[in-house]
Amino acid sequence: MARRISTRRKIIATAAAWSVAFVIFFPILYMVLTSVKTEAEAIAGTSLIPSFTFENYVEVQAQRDYFKPFMNSVIIAVGSTLIGIIIAVPAAWSMAFSPTKRTKDILMWMLSTKMMPAVGVLVPMFIIFRDTGLLDTRLGLTVVLTLINLPIVVWMLYTYFREIPGEILEAARMDGASLTGEIVYVLTPMAVPGIASTMLLNIILAWNEAFWTIRLTAANAAPLTAFIASFSSPQGLFWAKLSAASTLAIAPILIMGWFSQRQLVRGLTFGAVK
Amino acid sequence: MGNITLKNVHKAFGSAVIIPDIDLDIEDGEFVVFVGPSGCGKSTLLRLIAGLEDTTAGAIAIDGVDVTDAPPAKRGLAMVFQSYALYPHMSVYNNIAFPLKMAKVDKAEIDKKVRGAAATLNLTNYLDRRPGQLSGGQRQRVAIGRAIVRQPKAFLFDEPLSNLDAALRGTMRLEISELHHQLATTMIYVTHDQVEAMTMADKIVVLNAGNIEQVGSPLELYKTPKNLFVAGFIGSPRMNLVTGAEAAKHGAKTVGVRPEHLKLSTTEGTWKGTVGVAEHLGSDTFLHVQCDGIGQITARADGEFGLNHGDTVWLTPEEGKLHRFNEAGEAIR
Repeated sequence: MARRISTRRKIIATAAAWSVAFVIFFPILYMVLTSVKTEAEAIAGTSLIPSFTFENYVEVQAQRDYFKPFMNSVIIAVGSTLIGIIIAVPAAWSMAFSPTKRTKDILMWMLSTKMMPAVGVLVPMFIIFRDTGLLDTRLGLTVVLTLINLPIVVWMLYTYFREIPGEILEAARMDGASLTGEIVYVLTPMAVPGIASTMLLNIILAWNEAFWTIRLTAANAAPLTAFIASFSSPQGLFWAKLSAASTLAIAPILIMGWFSQRQLVRGLTFGAVK
Repeated sequence: MGNITLKNVHKAFGSAVIIPDIDLDIEDGEFVVFVGPSGCGKSTLLRLIAGLEDTTAGAIAIDGVDVTDAPPAKRGLAMVFQSYALYPHMSVYNNIAFPLKMAKVDKAEIDKKVRGAAATLNLTNYLDRRPGQLSGGQRQRVAIGRAIVRQPKAFLFDEPLSNLDAALRGTMRLEISELHHQLATTMIYVTHDQVEAMTMADKIVVLNAGNIEQVGSPLELYKTPKNLFVAGFIGSPRMNLVTGAEAAKHGAKTVGVRPEHLKLSTTEGTWKGTVGVAEHLGSDTFLHVQCDGIGQITARADGEFGLNHGDTVWLTPEEGKLHRFNEAGEAIR
């Protein structure tokens, strides 16, 4: 029997949910508001009503080209996602459809690499990058981000593939489908939503990654995370400009996330509920 | 044609032996039912024939051609799964057309065959729907449609009706039997439901722990079960099995008598007992009788049989309907 909820309780619950959402969203809102304040207003502090000036954006663009780090972010995020998917699809596929005794251990081992603090390998990574000439290159960052996110990508795809009933693949085999036919006509169409949401999440993770992107780049391959970081030292006291730069950096991914939130939620909760 | 021969087929998963050693001949056009309790290896045996599992040892031949190492697609068989296994992203039309597309049949021919199958199975109005928009019975028909368009050498059914409700199961049972008469193609049908086995099969294969206990027509198995397992498994309600002194009187370790082969009387008979639960089915009544020194015996009576809980009743096995079994559980003839 479904529980009956009184109108009063519904109002309280809705208000509570909105309050929590507002608290979580507030820093981003405050940043956007600060970005359209004058520097004087920004330093003065807590006013939530700005004077809606866009001079900060103009200045940010004039001082440092926004387009270059933006393109770096796009290339690194999309590139690492594509490479990750190409590696992860067959990996997840074999673990989901022909598991061995060790499959669970391999999955746990992959996830355990995410538990290691990144700073622990900073020095060796830096030296390897320096010696191989990968420092401050898009290729180097793409490789690092691919490796960092690969465990999550494999896990997500694995959970997703596990939900595809094996009998459907067997039916395709009985129906005369070759391995290619099985993959092209049956598996891929059924897995597309899972692959898409995994890619979306991976792009977001790669876009937001700030530890390696800042430490392994200088001017050439610096993505938007490094772009913001570069503002924080020389312009550290100019809150409005810093906010404008940050807003520019998160805007693309925020817009993308907004439009794809349904797929994202579905991808993240897949397997949790049937 | 659809002769299927299994020779010394052995299947093990690691150290777990599922099928020790099976020999079986299935004639062209036969309706063969594999029946047995859960875990008896009947589905594994079907999957071995389909090619979805590899044999550990032994050989499988279809129409005299060894297919032991052939992939499922090359065996010319069609399978209907318990979960239907329809392609959820395709319409009913495309589901049925899929095996023909894989066989690179031309479009006009596909269209003709799909519409023909749909007409046979009453699916014409649903061709544009997705499987998710169909009822269980309709999905099962689509799965059958997908199997028949290929005109396979044999159909394999893996517990196809177990996800349906009782009424629909009865209807689909008739439809599948009717289909077998129309197509006259070999069908192998796996079920744990002995009613399905008895009503549909030309030949029943009773399996237990990966071994064939007996092969025969439904009535053969009913009349002359080879051992205790078959005796207990075939027939509903189950055969009554009596051991001890009563069995010794007939020169056996165990004697068995079916509920429908017991005469009931309120005055005299062989075994005296007290009526326990009475199950009224309308046409029949099944009495569960506690017999002195024997145990619980089930007896079939007329629907109108007027006995109540606690009444005394006498049961007499019908002449020549008693089954005798030796120490090893095998029938004594």
